[in-house]
Amino acid sequence: MLDSVLFYFFAGVAVIGAALVVTSRNAIHSAVFLITTLLATAGIFLQLRAEFLFIAQIILYVGGIMVLFIFVIMLVRLDVPLHHLRFRMKNLVVTVVIAVLGAEAGAIIYLARKLPGQGLFIQNMAPPDKLAPNSEKLAESLFSGYLLPFEIASVLLLVAMVGAVVMAKNKKRTEEES
Amino acid sequence: MNPTVLTILHFLQTWWVELTCGVVIVAVVPLVAGYVVLLERKLMADMQARLGPMRVGPHGLLQPIADAVKLLIKEDIIPAESDKFIFWLAPVISMVAALTSMGAVAFGPAFQVARDINIGILFVLGVSSLGFLGIILGGWASNSHYSILGALRSTAQLVSYETAGGLAIISALLLSGTLKISAIVQAQYDQHAWFIFLAPVAGFIYLVASIAETNRAPFDLPEAESELVAGYMTEYSGFRWALYFLGEYANMIVVGSIATTLFLGGWLRPFPNVHWLNWLDFLPAVIIALVGVYCIYRAGKQPVKVQTGFMWAVALGCFAVAFVFAALWLLHLFHRFGVLIPLNLDFILPGLNGAFWFLLKVSGYIYVFMWLRFTLPRYRFDQLMHLGWYILIPLAIINVFAVGISMLLEANGVNRWIGMVLTTVLVLAAAVFLVRWHDQRTESASTASLTPDSYAG
Repeated sequence: MLDSVLFYFFAGVAVIGAALVVTSRNAIHSAVFLITTLLATAGIFLQLRAEFLFIAQIILYVGGIMVLFIFVIMLVRLDVPLHHLRFRMKNLVVTVVIAVLGAEAGAIIYLARKLPGQGLFIQNMAPPDKLAPNSEKLAESLFSGYLLPFEIASVLLLVAMVGAVVMAKNKKRTEEES
Repeated sequence: MNPTVLTILHFLQTWWVELTCGVVIVAVVPLVAGYVVLLERKLMADMQARLGPMRVGPHGLLQPIADAVKLLIKEDIIPAESDKFIFWLAPVISMVAALTSMGAVAFGPAFQVARDINIGILFVLGVSSLGFLGIILGGWASNSHYSILGALRSTAQLVSYETAGGLAIISALLLSGTLKISAIVQAQYDQHAWFIFLAPVAGFIYLVASIAETNRAPFDLPEAESELVAGYMTEYSGFRWALYFLGEYANMIVVGSIATTLFLGGWLRPFPNVHWLNWLDFLPAVIIALVGVYCIYRAGKQPVKVQTGFMWAVALGCFAVAFVFAALWLLHLFHRFGVLIPLNLDFILPGLNGAFWFLLKVSGYIYVFMWLRFTLPRYRFDQLMHLGWYILIPLAIINVFAVGISMLLEANGVNRWIGMVLTTVLVLAAAVFLVRWHDQRTESASTASLTPDSYAG
């Protein structure tokens, strides 16, 4: 009962927030609604007892990436070019995309209706003590089974960061020389 | 009985401690934040040989309440050119983030809202860092140059110092080996030492980083009055401003709680493993009762009758708390000698004792914040950035390695304290090297070109 209420609360907030991201005219408002959606999704993760995923979503997406978005939106005035971005056949494209996505979701729900655990009410929620502590499991697999991909990804991110700093510095220097 | 009512009753019976904690956090933290402000003003006055607020209540003890009433009935101004929705939302974000992050803080072994959350310390860190969304959004929505400059500075500062602070936290997490708050405190109990003694440099880095994260002097650049009026909250007034203010002070409490949990032994009393010091468990009740006695002693010396009454009220409150401690201890004795009591309240007495020590440590941490604020002059913005990026972050990385090395040495049979001293000396040498290297850099840079640094702003 409580699980169902919580799930539909978070899901509803996420869907409404996502709709408002698309419909609001002001880019900062869109960003705020996107934050709402991400937080609601994080809530669903927590309900699924994926604690590490929940906090990674909050720290990385809401605390990191969204702040970057807001920064960019704040520093670049988006009001003027927004009018140039309207393209022809907008309504047609939107209708097609919505129809395809809706058909996909409907098909999935229809095909999966016979599987166990389906329906409006959530049953068989996993009890908290039955699940292994997942941040430990994640760390274990990252640092043993998937060590090489993990290191490659971190080196890649480091290279990207250093590259960005070098590019920014170079530009400043050439400006000073000229 | 109605099954719905039964479900609700069962829910309440299972979760009443957590629910009470949540209500207490939401209800009491704003009040505590107000009294932290009063304490700060009193301390500042003491250090500057003044009296501070003295008018409202005995020694100004009712000043926070008068301030709150004043802010509540002040006119609510929203600038005409501002973005109304974001302007309304931003202070709420700051406040809610600070209060929510307290949900996972353990105020003693029994009192915590999110008890079995496995990533407790990450939750506190992550959610409290969402508060600066409120700062940038508020600065942007005000549509004022001072606000947006303050917001940009604040964000740059937060992002820089969160890196150093996070690395310092990693040092402590290496020692504890878990992210669960109760397990971190238990690790300090098992290892017979607070982590500040095993990783002193990490503790210091976290102290500096947490001052910068809470935007307090000497790092209060986002609201440097001489440059930016009041930074991101320039356009805010009345209760919205109060929300920002409360968020900031609640954030101080959160930061203090993180530091207490990780470095100062959480809710453990001093020397928790030494059994002949077990009498320290009675100390909280005795101290609270002594405060009550002191209030009665002072009550006769108050000049106004109302103030005498107020002192008596405070004294009675202290005695009531002390009485609760004593009653719980008696209950515990009854329980041990086989007298049956329907509701099991055994966890409350150690819980209250733990909460006392925890809050004492947090207060000490906040006192250090204030002390530094009144002692050190404000940094310049480029100095702040240089300190963060050139000195603290490299030092924090080195310190993570040093803590790892000392743990390896301990695993190989070297005495823990020898390993700790060795690695700490190495890290301090590295710190000296970093500082000198940075000084030389800035010297050569300033002689090479006289262009001012463009970081500021």
